[in-house]
Order: sequence, then structure tokens, then C-alpha cells
Amino acid sequence: MSNFMLTMTGVCAVVSVAVLFFILGYLVFNGGTSVNWAFFTRLPKPVGEGGGGMANAIVGSAKLLLAASLFGVPIGFFGGIYLAEFSGAKVAGVVRYAADLLNGVPSIVIGIFAYSVVVLPFKHFSTLAGSFALGLMMIPITLRSTEEFLNGVPRMLREGAMALGASKWKTISTVIVPAAYRGILTAILLALARVAGEAAPLLFTAFGNRFWSPGWSQPTASLPEMIFRYAGSPYEDWHKQAWAAGLVLLGFILIINILARTILARGIAVPRS
Amino acid sequence: MATANPTFQSAGPAAGSRSFLSKLRDGDEIARLVTFLFAATVVLITVLLVYELWINSALPRQKFGLHFFVTQVWDPVLDEYGALPFIYGTVVTSAVALLLAVPLGIGASIFLAELAPARASDTLQFFIDLLAAVPSVIYGLLGMFIVVPLVRTVIYPALNKPLGFLPIFKGPSYGVGFLTAGMVLAIMVIPYIISVSREVLLSVPRDQREAALALGSTRWESTWKVVVPFAKTGIMGSIFLALARALGETMAVTMVIGNTPQIVGSLFAPGYSIAAVIANEFTEATGDMYLQSLIELGLVLFLLTFILNGVARLLIIVTTQKGSKVTN
Repeated sequence: MSNFMLTMTGVCAVVSVAVLFFILGYLVFNGGTSVNWAFFTRLPKPVGEGGGGMANAIVGSAKLLLAASLFGVPIGFFGGIYLAEFSGAKVAGVVRYAADLLNGVPSIVIGIFAYSVVVLPFKHFSTLAGSFALGLMMIPITLRSTEEFLNGVPRMLREGAMALGASKWKTISTVIVPAAYRGILTAILLALARVAGEAAPLLFTAFGNRFWSPGWSQPTASLPEMIFRYAGSPYEDWHKQAWAAGLVLLGFILIINILARTILARGIAVPRS
Repeated sequence: MATANPTFQSAGPAAGSRSFLSKLRDGDEIARLVTFLFAATVVLITVLLVYELWINSALPRQKFGLHFFVTQVWDPVLDEYGALPFIYGTVVTSAVALLLAVPLGIGASIFLAELAPARASDTLQFFIDLLAAVPSVIYGLLGMFIVVPLVRTVIYPALNKPLGFLPIFKGPSYGVGFLTAGMVLAIMVIPYIISVSREVLLSVPRDQREAALALGSTRWESTWKVVVPFAKTGIMGSIFLALARALGETMAVTMVIGNTPQIVGSLFAPGYSIAAVIANEFTEATGDMYLQSLIELGLVLFLLTFILNGVARLLIIVTTQKGSKVTN
């Protein structure tokens, strides 16, 4: 009995981990043949014409992620500095609570919010609206991990800087933040990887586009949204493209995750988002 | 943090007595103000989110009231909306997901926390973390092309023939439906259950195990009868967390649930979920009542996950603190 149950728990663990390799293997098997140069450089072709690619979706995703980071990371980072270095316990509690609440909001609801505060006033689906939605999702992770890693900096470092006569801000900017930057950067990369795969908040903010999206105020394609649209279509060609997009997206996300967790975070415990 | 401030004030006689002006010159006050603004933005955004959901769902809240939650019509032509089929779909798929994911997830976390050598446990946990990073649209893609045919050709015949008399296994199967969505959700939430449960189990004090072993219990008995009960509350927390994820999950469910608003007993039948109907109909919603009814569904989803996440956090904190108290 004892040994049987112990073995079963091992089987559970192996099955769970095996799912990851199955997903990877299946994507490589199905998408591998469709990932070619054209996938990265061409626009989508109309139904029935083979070939074509998703260059617009790749650029669209890159633009969305860039703008999302520019919006979400500063708010989370400086907010985290405030929590760790300046705020009293009460204010910190309120901010932390708000951040945790925001972190738990389902991504589709984030999409509704972005729709009502960005899309409706501008009367336009746009890259900016999508970035707003994704940026929102980056804030809580960045904020909480910045706070956590700053609090983890040894007190001696602070006291050393203060003893040398540095002001508080000088201490923070030249001693404390540099001491914690690896952990913070890891968390930001993980946040970026998380929102990179989000399709739900983009459906009615960035919307989608079969062509290039000039500037920031036009609807744009993105990889996750293209996978959703192509997988649901009845066309064999589009299914192949969806597999290819899935492989590229998952590859990107896993590489960022592995880099962040192994190289940057060597010896640092990564906080759970 | 609260602990940081006294440190600074006591860092030297000069630090405490520095005038406001000199702090301003050093940039301290400016830094405090600027970082405060960023922190305040987070609170502001969260409040604004709740406000927008509330204001933008005023029409259906006034017209339908609580009827919204108990009526089955979803008719854009007559402008009549009821959420029951979507709530039903969300609840059923999440329940199926937990039924499948909880035993597997807890089993795996017991292995990782109690049996596997630390090195192997960390490596496996690394892969579990990667699994949690796989985007939901990719789970949906695999669900559509692997799980849907699997349900239609393998699971349906296997369950419908011997157990078809049960209402939950009755009727035909198209592959898509409650069961398929539940299965895909189960795969998606397992990593959350494992990660949190493993952490909670690891926080169980060592002497609890040793005491059980010293009393002559086997390894499994000490694990199942001592360690797991000790961590029970925290494991419940991980399940609530998983449930919150499952309820709000959009893309994967939308791709495999069949998108048919109906309340039927059979798990093989196609259904619909709250998140899926928002994803599918939001951009096509014509008319304010239609759009606002979808936003009210979003509000419902928000409140559900809000409550579940709160409970989950509480349970996890209680357990991990219990562990550290005993060791002290």
C-alpha cells in the first residue's frame, strides 16, 4: 500500500511534466514544416493561396509589447520603490492590495476595461489600446517583485551609504536598486513573457488586421490573436499557419522564461506572480 | 517598508534633524513624491476598473435586476439577456477541471515536496513553471486538434456505451463541449496547484514528519496522515487559486466548448462560458443593452475571481504561518 501510493505520486509528477514535452513536441512536429523565411517576412495570403506569412502579426506583437512595457514597467517599478523605501505600512497595504486585486483580474475583463477607457473615447481599435491592456497586466508583477527584491537588499549596504553622507534618494538610486537589479529584471522579463501570449485582452482592443498597421492608432494583428482566428477557421492552409505561429510564440516565451530563470536569476528565488 | 524608516532616522544624528529644505535639495522629497504618484496610479487604475465595469453595466442591471442571473434567454433581437447558461457552463467546466486536476496536482506536489531528492524536485518544478507559462491560446490550439478528436473517438465511446444511462454521459458527442473544455482547463491549472501545494508542503516543519516516523509509521502514513493534514488549509488555497484561474480562462475554453448557450446535463453536449461569450460577441454587440449585458457578465466574472483569490490568499498565508510558528 505504502509503496504503491508513493509510486502513484511519482507517476502524477511525471505525467504533469510530460505534458510540457508533449506540447513542445507536437508544436514542433506540426508547425516545424510551416515555419520558414516567408512566415517571418510575408503578409498573410488570402484563403486558397498557399504560402504567405505573419510578418504583420510579429511586428504587431513586438509593438504591443514595447508600448506595454513603456507603460507598465515604470508604474510598477517606481511604485515598488515607493512601497519598499518611502511608504508607511497603511499606504503600502492599500497599494499592495490594489496590485494583488489587479493581478487576479481575468484577462478578458482587462480587455473590457481597456475597451471602455481607450477604445471608446478614441472610437478606434488601436495598438495603443492593446498595449494599455497588456501594460496593465505587467504592473502588479513588476510592482510586487520590485518591492520584494528591494526589501531583500542587506541593511548594511544602506547603512554604509548613509554613513558616507549620501541622501536617501542617492542611496536608493546608486546602491539599493543596483544591488537588486537582477531580480527585478528577471521579474519584468517574466511579466513580459506572460503578456506576450495573451490573446483575450487584445480581441477588442488591438482587434486584428490582415495588413500592416501603420503608427500606433490603427488596429493591429498579433501572434496570439492570429492563432485564435486561424485555428478557428475551416481552412487547412490557415491551420498550418496557426501551428507555425504557435511554435514561434511558444518558442519565444519559453526562451525568455529559461533565460530569465537560469541566467539572470542564478541564485535568486523568483517570486510567484 | 515600516522597518526601513526607523533605520534611516536612527542612521545618524544628522539624518533625523535634516531640515525639509535640505531634503528637498538632495532630491529626497521629490523622489518620495514622484514614486508616490506611481504607486497611487496603481490604486487609481484598480478603482477605475471597478468603476467602469459598474457604470457600463447600468442598463441591464436596472432592466433585469437579479433576473439576469436566473433567466436563460440570450436574444439580441428582442434585447432580452439572461446569464444562466453561461454561468452554468463556467461552473460545470471548472468543476470538471478541478475533479481531474486536483488529485493529479496534489499527488505530484506530494512527490515533489516529500519524496523527490531536492535537486530532482527543483528541476521538475522548473518544468512545471515553464508549463504555467504556456499561453492559453496554445492550449486552445492543442485542445482543438488533439483533445476534441480524442473525446469524440475514444472517450465518448468508452463512457457512453457502459455508462450512457447516466444523464451526464447521455446523448451524442461532437467532440466539443463541457467535458473537453474541462479537460483542457484541467491541464492548464495543474501547474498552479502543484507549485502552491508544493510550497505549502515544504513549509510543514520537519519535526512533524520525524515524530510520525519515530512512532513507527511508514513513509506514506507520515505523509498522508501527518504532513498533508497539517498543510490541508494551504492546499485548499491552491485549489481556490486554480478555480479562480479556471473561471476566468478565456481563449482555450472558447476554442473547445462549442459556443452553444444551453443548459443540459450531458457533459458531451456543447455549451458556453461567461468568458467565451464575451470574447465571441463583444465586438459584434450592436446596441447598448447588448454590449452592457456582456460587460455585466465581465463584472460577474471579476467579482467571482476577486472573492476566490481573496479566500485563496488567506488560506495559504494561514498555513505557511502555522508552519513557521511551530518551528519557532
